Amino acid sequence: MATSTTRAAGPTPFLDYFPVLAQPEPAWLAELRAVARSRYAELGIPTSSDEDWRFTPVGDIATTGFTASTDSSAPLAEGVTRSAGELVGPSAASLVFVNGHFAPALSTRGVVPGVSVMTFAEALAERSDDLRNALGRAAKFDNASFTALNAAAFSNGAVVFVGASVEVKEPIHIVNVGGGELQPQAAHTRALVILAKGASATVVETFVSANAEDVHLTNAVSEYVLGEGASVDHYRVQLENFEAYHIGTTGIVVGRDANFRSHNVTFGGFLTRNDFTSLLDGDGGECTLNGVYIANGKRLVANHTTIDHARPHCNSHEVYKGILDDRGRGVFNGKIFVRIDAQKTDAKQTNQTLLLSDDAQLNTKPQLEIFADDVKCTHGATVGQLSADALFYLRARGIAEPEARTILVQAFIGDVLDRIRVEPLRAALGAKVPELLAFKTGCEIPLDGGPPQCR
Amino acid sequence: MLQIKNLHATVDGNEILRGIDLEVGAGEVHAIMGPNGSGKSTLARVLAGHPDYEVTAGSVTYRGLDLLEMEPEVRACEGIFLAFQYPVEIPGVNNAYFLKAAVNSIRKYRGLPEYDAMEFLAIVKDKIKLLGMDQTLMQRPVNDGFSGGEKKRNEIFQMSVLEPTLAVLDETDSGLDIDALRVVAEGVNSLRSPERSTIVITHYQRLLNYIEPDFVHVLSEGRIVRSGGRELALELEAKGYTWIESDRSAAELAVV
Ligand SMILES: Nc1ncnc2c1ncn2[C@@H]1O[C@H](COP(=O)(O)OP(=O)(O)OP(=O)(O)O)[C@@H](O)[C@H]1O
Ligand SMILES: [Mg+2]
Repeated sequence: MATSTTRAAGPTPFLDYFPVLAQPEPAWLAELRAVARSRYAELGIPTSSDEDWRFTPVGDIATTGFTASTDSSAPLAEGVTRSAGELVGPSAASLVFVNGHFAPALSTRGVVPGVSVMTFAEALAERSDDLRNALGRAAKFDNASFTALNAAAFSNGAVVFVGASVEVKEPIHIVNVGGGELQPQAAHTRALVILAKGASATVVETFVSANAEDVHLTNAVSEYVLGEGASVDHYRVQLENFEAYHIGTTGIVVGRDANFRSHNVTFGGFLTRNDFTSLLDGDGGECTLNGVYIANGKRLVANHTTIDHARPHCNSHEVYKGILDDRGRGVFNGKIFVRIDAQKTDAKQTNQTLLLSDDAQLNTKPQLEIFADDVKCTHGATVGQLSADALFYLRARGIAEPEARTILVQAFIGDVLDRIRVEPLRAALGAKVPELLAFKTGCEIPLDGGPPQCR
Repeated sequence: MLQIKNLHATVDGNEILRGIDLEVGAGEVHAIMGPNGSGKSTLARVLAGHPDYEVTAGSVTYRGLDLLEMEPEVRACEGIFLAFQYPVEIPGVNNAYFLKAAVNSIRKYRGLPEYDAMEFLAIVKDKIKLLGMDQTLMQRPVNDGFSGGEKKRNEIFQMSVLEPTLAVLDETDSGLDIDALRVVAEGVNSLRSPERSTIVITHYQRLLNYIEPDFVHVLSEGRIVRSGGRELALELEAKGYTWIESDRSAAELAVV
């Protein structure tokens, strides 16, 4: 169901600078990279004439002069890695990548029988065939230039295999740290999570910056392949600094009776583009794509989701909530495809946005394409402001205005955050809202970007 | 306690309050009655500091302070409580969480240590019992999906927890059955003390059987047109407002 458009090829930075795994790669991977590289060379960085990127101007990515270091600067990332770890609490494993390079000293891996948590480099050495079968299945690059660029250039990443019927109780945490070098860093990182029949796991992908100032680029591609009856609780937590460019692509293949639940939280980044593509590939599959984002200052957060109902009796639920303040911009594009075979589909999509400023901007677009006839599909979008009545009610009870606003904003996204099952994460993200919106702190995010300025 | 002098207030450019004079002493209960649209709620909202209402003339002094200078939250912290005629529904905000935030905000303002969850719970439990509140309402979003009576009880419950110095009850009795009415009245009476004052806005004498006012005022077209003792309420109940209004127009005519 991919749409192919002819387009003017955009600029192609990175072409002559492709850091790859620091070890010999098997022929199949070299081949895949070569195909990806030439596809990227054809597509280039998307321009505004590309319909899918109309509201996500990424031209700066081509002109910033991003480079990729050949090694990780792990010591610099120690503090932020520790904070990232606290977000999640006890984890089954924690793999840390700094500017796309594995940082073993910051990573921990317990032993859970039936589970392997590896770096890409390790997986290539140990399970090359499994990788070969799975890589690129859920995140295709034919029409996605950043995904092509990633496939051609990814430097490392996390690979998780969960064996049949294995239940991983504690979260598997993948931490990506960007920046911290003299030059603006580009990290092309990758995650691949494969669950065999009846397996279940919680995976948290966290994205942070080494510091508040560095411009850096994250081009992350994550793939989830769920076997029959498998279940994944997925969290994508983006807390990068307000200078960062972030392109995140998540591809999901949901097998028969499998269940993928995702929470996609974007509180950071200067420009963020998230793409989620979920293929419901077996009867009775279920997919939940929830998201929460805050775009303030001059930040932009774009969420594009595609849920592809290919088989009958599948359910999908989607709730995206955004908070726009200052001159922030939000984009939501929610595609739902129901193919001709996908009878008894139940798909529900909701997009709600809270505007805290007159200067903020929102582009929202549902896109339902339904080819089966016996289906239930609903979608709705609302845009609102804080209720003046509610605000006065809280203030009349003695709650100061900034706190009252905070309470109402937290309430707006509360129902989505409440569904986060990793408790420390739920609490930590809720607590970040006032911090970000600077209601309490008296901080302001400069309109030309940069860290918050506090009184 | 409260001195209102020649208070004029507008909303969206319409003058609603047209020169209110009212003095409420410590420990007193004042009832304000008057026809629909006469400005009773407007007066209550102006006292609470609603931002939609603009005071164009006059003054309000509360315990020697210029009330009109204060933000709504500061007024609350200084001990003013408005029980809303139409309590606001706030989906997503837990009732207990909200009330704890309010209590602690006020305590902080007064330089008192904030309550932790346990201390707060202990205080709340007693009041819930006193008001016969349904426990589960505490864990629901503020007023969200509450029945009319539950909303009013929730207002009184909040009042009994916040223990205001000056409470303004805007038609808290409207729509209540007799049991609920009694509960509301008990809530108010239990707070009655020489240091606390109450303004009760109502259309019905029956509430005043339970909360006995020291003074009764009639508001009409933005002015207090008559004041008296509790017998005035009985008279109003018997005769309606028209006799006062016709009285007044006669007086106005006499002036012209
Ligand atoms: N936002 C507003 N814009 C214009 N007029 C308003 C506004 N709010 C209130 N009013 C008007 O002010 C007048 C007084 O309203 P208020 O609510 O104070 O009356 P009330 O005495 O409380 O009536 P009730 O007994 O029905 O509660 C009414 O005519 C009302 O329509
Ligand atoms: Mg009224």
